[in-house]
Amino acid sequence: MIPGSFEYHTPSSISDAVALLQQYGEEAKILSGGHSLVPMMKLRIAEPEHIVDINGIAGLDYIKEEGGVLKIGALVRESDLEHSDLIASKFPIIADAAKLIADPLVRNRATVAGNLAHGDPANDHPAVMLALGAEVVLTGGSGERVVPISEFFVDLLETALKPDEILTEVRIPMPPANSGGAYFKIERRVGDFAIIAVAAQVTLDASGNCASAGIGLTNSGPTPIKVTAAEAYLAGKALDDATLSEAGNLAEAASDPTSDTRAPAEYKKAMVKQMTIRALRRAAERAKGGN
Amino acid sequence: MTEITSESLGGIGQWVKRKEDPRFVHGKGKFVEDIYLPGMVYGVFVRSPYAHAKINGINTEAALKVPGVITVVTAEVLKGLKLDWMPTLAGDTQAVLAGDKARFQSQEVAFVVAKTQYAAADGAAVVEVDYEELPVVMDPEAAKAPGAPVIRDDKEGKKDNHIFNWKSGDAEATDKAFAEAEVTISQHTHYQRVHPAPMETCGCVADYSKITGQMDLYITSQAPHAHRTVFAMISPFQEHKTRFISPDLGGGFGNKVPIYPGYVLAAGVSFLTGLPCKWIETRSENIQSTGFARDYHTTTELAATKDGKITALRVNTQADHGAFDAQASPTKWPAGLFNICTGSYDIGAASINLDAYYTNKAPGGVAYRCSFRVTEASYIIERAVDALAQKLNMDPVELRLKNFIQPDQFPYKSCTGWEYDSGNYQAAMQVALDKIGYPELRKEQAEKRARGELMGIGVSSFTEIVGAGPRKDFDILGLSMNDGASIVVHPTGTVTARLGVKSQGQGHETTFPQIIAEELGIPQENIKLEEGDTDTAPYGLGTYGSRSTPMAGASTAMAARKIRAKAQKIAASMMEVSEEDVEWKNYKFQVKGVPEKSKTMAEVAFAAYTAAPEGMEMGLEATVYYDAPNLTFPFGTYICVIDIDNQTGEFKVRRFVAVDDCGTIINPMIVEGQIHGGLTEGFAIATMQEIRFDEQGNILNGSFMDYLLPTAVETPVWELDKTVTPSPHHPIGAKGVGESPNVGSVPAFVNAFVDALSHLGVTHIDMPVTPWKIWQILKEKGIAE
Repeated sequence: MIPGSFEYHTPSSISDAVALLQQYGEEAKILSGGHSLVPMMKLRIAEPEHIVDINGIAGLDYIKEEGGVLKIGALVRESDLEHSDLIASKFPIIADAAKLIADPLVRNRATVAGNLAHGDPANDHPAVMLALGAEVVLTGGSGERVVPISEFFVDLLETALKPDEILTEVRIPMPPANSGGAYFKIERRVGDFAIIAVAAQVTLDASGNCASAGIGLTNSGPTPIKVTAAEAYLAGKALDDATLSEAGNLAEAASDPTSDTRAPAEYKKAMVKQMTIRALRRAAERAKGGN
Repeated sequence: MTEITSESLGGIGQWVKRKEDPRFVHGKGKFVEDIYLPGMVYGVFVRSPYAHAKINGINTEAALKVPGVITVVTAEVLKGLKLDWMPTLAGDTQAVLAGDKARFQSQEVAFVVAKTQYAAADGAAVVEVDYEELPVVMDPEAAKAPGAPVIRDDKEGKKDNHIFNWKSGDAEATDKAFAEAEVTISQHTHYQRVHPAPMETCGCVADYSKITGQMDLYITSQAPHAHRTVFAMISPFQEHKTRFISPDLGGGFGNKVPIYPGYVLAAGVSFLTGLPCKWIETRSENIQSTGFARDYHTTTELAATKDGKITALRVNTQADHGAFDAQASPTKWPAGLFNICTGSYDIGAASINLDAYYTNKAPGGVAYRCSFRVTEASYIIERAVDALAQKLNMDPVELRLKNFIQPDQFPYKSCTGWEYDSGNYQAAMQVALDKIGYPELRKEQAEKRARGELMGIGVSSFTEIVGAGPRKDFDILGLSMNDGASIVVHPTGTVTARLGVKSQGQGHETTFPQIIAEELGIPQENIKLEEGDTDTAPYGLGTYGSRSTPMAGASTAMAARKIRAKAQKIAASMMEVSEEDVEWKNYKFQVKGVPEKSKTMAEVAFAAYTAAPEGMEMGLEATVYYDAPNLTFPFGTYICVIDIDNQTGEFKVRRFVAVDDCGTIINPMIVEGQIHGGLTEGFAIATMQEIRFDEQGNILNGSFMDYLLPTAVETPVWELDKTVTPSPHHPIGAKGVGESPNVGSVPAFVNAFVDALSHLGVTHIDMPVTPWKIWQILKEKGIAE
C-alpha cells in the first residue's frame, strides 16, 4: 500500500496548473479529491511521476445559477452537493446520487469534476449528467472549450480531456417547470460502486405527458450510457406502466454489462430495466410535485 | 460504614464501563504498529502472482540498488539457517519463503529489508522472480481427481493431495437407522471460505541483542506464551531469553493464532543484523495470505420417523485446507469439535466422515470467532433440520421442539461422545418465540404469499461447545490447553492480576477484575489486569475458541478464593478468634453472629504485609492453573425475519431476535457488545462474504473494495434477550459467549432466505446469499422478469 515516488506540485492558478500539464504531459496527473487516483497509486496501478494538486487554487468551489445554467466548479466536493439548497430544490436527481457515493468521509474530499474526469463508468455522476444534458468546460493550453457530456466519455477510463486540459466547470441547464429526476442504484453494500444504476430526468407537459426525458446508465458498459432510444420513445407519451416497461426494455437493450464479482451480466441487464422503470416513475412523481 | 455490595464493588453481573475504552477513544492505545525503536529497519514481502508456479530463480540485483535497501532475504538464505520451513500449529510444515515453488497466490517469496518502509516497498517492486506456471488445484474435488498435480511434492513420497481422514460416531448404527428410516433428507452445503478480517492486520517488531542474546518480539498474537514456546522449540533462541509482548490488539477472531512467515523473518533479520526489524501487513496481504476460515463442502443426511423424530445423522465432508495445513485445532481433534454436529438434538446415532485436502489457496482453517469448527457443525445441522421440516411439511419450530435434548437429560451424553454440561433449549426457544410474535409472523407470511409477496422466517437453535479444555483431551503441539491466573493483593488493598490469556477487544481488563471484586470484596477500579507479556504473565494457551472465561475466568476465581482462604486465617488472628469462628459475609470477614466485629480485605491485606500471624508466610497472593473437568455448552435460539423484493432479489432483515444463554453473566454490557459484533459478522458471512478465485487461482476479491464488511446502514437492528443456565462445573457458572452469535446467526439467516422461497420448491441456497442469487431463482420460477 505504498506508492512509487513522484514529484508534487501545488499551482495557485489554473494557468499555472495547465503550464505544468503542458510541461509534463502524460507523466502528470491532476489531484483534486484524490479518491480515485490515490487508491490506484497505493496499489501501484497508477505511477504518475508528477502530481499537480489543484486544491490550492482559489475560487473553484462554487455552485451557482447563472443565466439559466447551474455551474459547478472544479473543487466542489460531493458533500457540498448534499448541503446545497439549490441542488435539493431543483435537482433531486443529483441529491439522490450524491448521498449514494461512497461514504461521508470520501464525500468530504471527492469532487464532482473528478468523478466525471476519471471516466469510470462505475462512477455515479456521469449517468446523472447524461440524463440532465450537462456540458463540461475543459481548460487547456489553447484556452477553454465546452463539450457536451454526451461526447465526453470516449472509452473505459478515457475521456475527451487532452493531456494539458483540466475539467474546470460543469454546466447543467436549469430544468423547466414540471420537471423531476431520480437516481436508483443497486449496490452490494452502501458506499460500494453500483452493480448498476439508472439516472432519469423527465419534464411533463400541460397534460401530464412526458415532454422530454433523459436517461443515463451507470456501470452498464465500458462507458456511461445515454439511452437515447428510450428518451425518444418517451417523448409525448403518458407515463403509464406499459410505457415505463417499454422504456425499461430499451434501456436494457442499450446496456452492455459484463459479469464480475458484483453480479452476472444477466442480472445487471434485468436490473437496468427494473431501475429504469422505478427511476422514471419516481422522476414523474417528483415532476408532479411529489418527493 | 457503608454496606459493601456487588454493585458498589462492580462485581459479577454489573454494567461496568470498559476500562480499556478511554485509551482507545483517545487514540492512546499501543499497538504493534506504534512500536518504534532506534535504528529499526522494515521488511516488505515480494509475493507470488501465481497460485502454483515453479521458481527457477530470483534476481535481487535491482532491488539491492534501491537507495535504503539493506538486504533481500530469499529461501536460499533461510536454508542456510535451517529456517526455510517452519512447523504449523497443526503439525504440518509451511514454507517461510517459497523456494522450490509457490503454492498459492500471494505466498511469500522474498523479504526486502530497508531503512524505511517506502524503500522496502520500492525494492520489493523490482525483485525479479522467474516463475514457471503449474496447473492449479482449487477445490477438494480437483485435489482428489486422478492425476491431479501434487501440491506438496516437498514431502517425501507424497503422491496425492490428501491430508487426513477423520471419522467419528458409529457408522454401523447410523446405517442401520437410515435403512429403517421412514423419512430421510440429504443436503449438500458449502460453508464458503471467509476471512476474519480484524481491524488491525498482523505484524511484529523483533529486537535482538547480539550482546545479551535477548530477543524481544512485539507481536500480534492471541497466544503469546504458546507462540514463544513453539519459537523456542524451532529456533536457536532460548525461551528464557525470548520475550513475547502482545500489546493492544485490534481484533483477532482467530486470525492471530497461526504463526506467520513475517514473524520468523523479522526475528531472523534482527538476529542477523542486530537491528530491530518491523513487519506490518497491508490489508490486502492480510486477506490474501493469512488464516482464512471454514471452506467445508458437506453432505448432511438425516433419518427420521414420519412424525418428525430424528433417528440418525450422517455427515460427509471434504475440507479445503489450502497449501499448508495450518489450521488451528487441538492435536486430538483434526477436524476440531466438528462432531458436535448433532447440535441441540437428541439423536440416537451419528456418523461423521471427513477428508481434508491441500489446494493452491492460502493456508488456514482458523477458528474465526469459533470454537474449532463448531460453526461448520452448527450450520449443517441447523440447515438440515429445516430441510427435514420442509420435507415433512412441519413447522421448523415444532420439529426442533420435538427433538430437543430435554432439560432433565443434562448432563447429556451425545452419541459422538460429548457430555453437555447443562441446557434448557425449550426455555430459550420460548423467549424468542414470544419476543418476535412467531404465530402472527407465520400468519402474515401466509397472507403475503397469497398476494405474491416474499417474506421469510428463519430459526436457529444452536449449541456451542467452548472452553478448550480438559488437558486429558486438549493440547496444541503437546502443550496442555490450561490457563493460569496470578493475583497479588498489595499492602494497601489494591490488586494486580495477570493472566495467560490475551484480550483482542473482548474487555478482559474490565471483566476479570469484576470476578476478583466479587470474590475478594475489593472494588474493581482498584484492580489492574495485565496480559500479553510472557515475562510477567503466567503460562496459558491464549484467547480464542471462547475459552478465556471458561478457562482463565475459572483460574481467576480460584486464585482469588485461595487468597481469601489465607486472608481468613489472618482476619481470625486480627480479631483474636479461631478461624472457624470467622465467616465471609457481605464481602468482608466477620465473627459469626457478631456483625459489628469485622475486617475488610484491605485491612487484612495490610496485616498480611505488616503483621502476618506467627508461622505464616507474609504477603497475599496466589497463582492457579486451571484444568477444566469439561467444556461448557452455551446455547440459544435466534429468529430472523426477511422481506425480499420479488423483482430485484434485494432484501431487508426486518427483525432479528437473539436469545442467548451463556450461563452466569459477568458484565451484561460487554456480553451485549460481543453478541452485536458476532451477529454482524454472521450477517456478513451469510449475505456478503466469500473469498473467490478464478480458474487460474487468482483471488478475485483480495481487498476491502470487493471483500465486503457491512456498515451500520445495512446491519440489522439486533433485539437481544437471554436465559441463564449456569455451568454446573465452572467455579462461577460462566460459559463463554463471544462466538455464539457468529455460530448461531448464520443458519438463521440462510434458513430465513430458504423459508421465503420454500413454497416455490427451494430447499437450499449456498452462501453468501446475494440479491442476484435470489433473483436467479425468482427468474427460474417465473416470478422476476
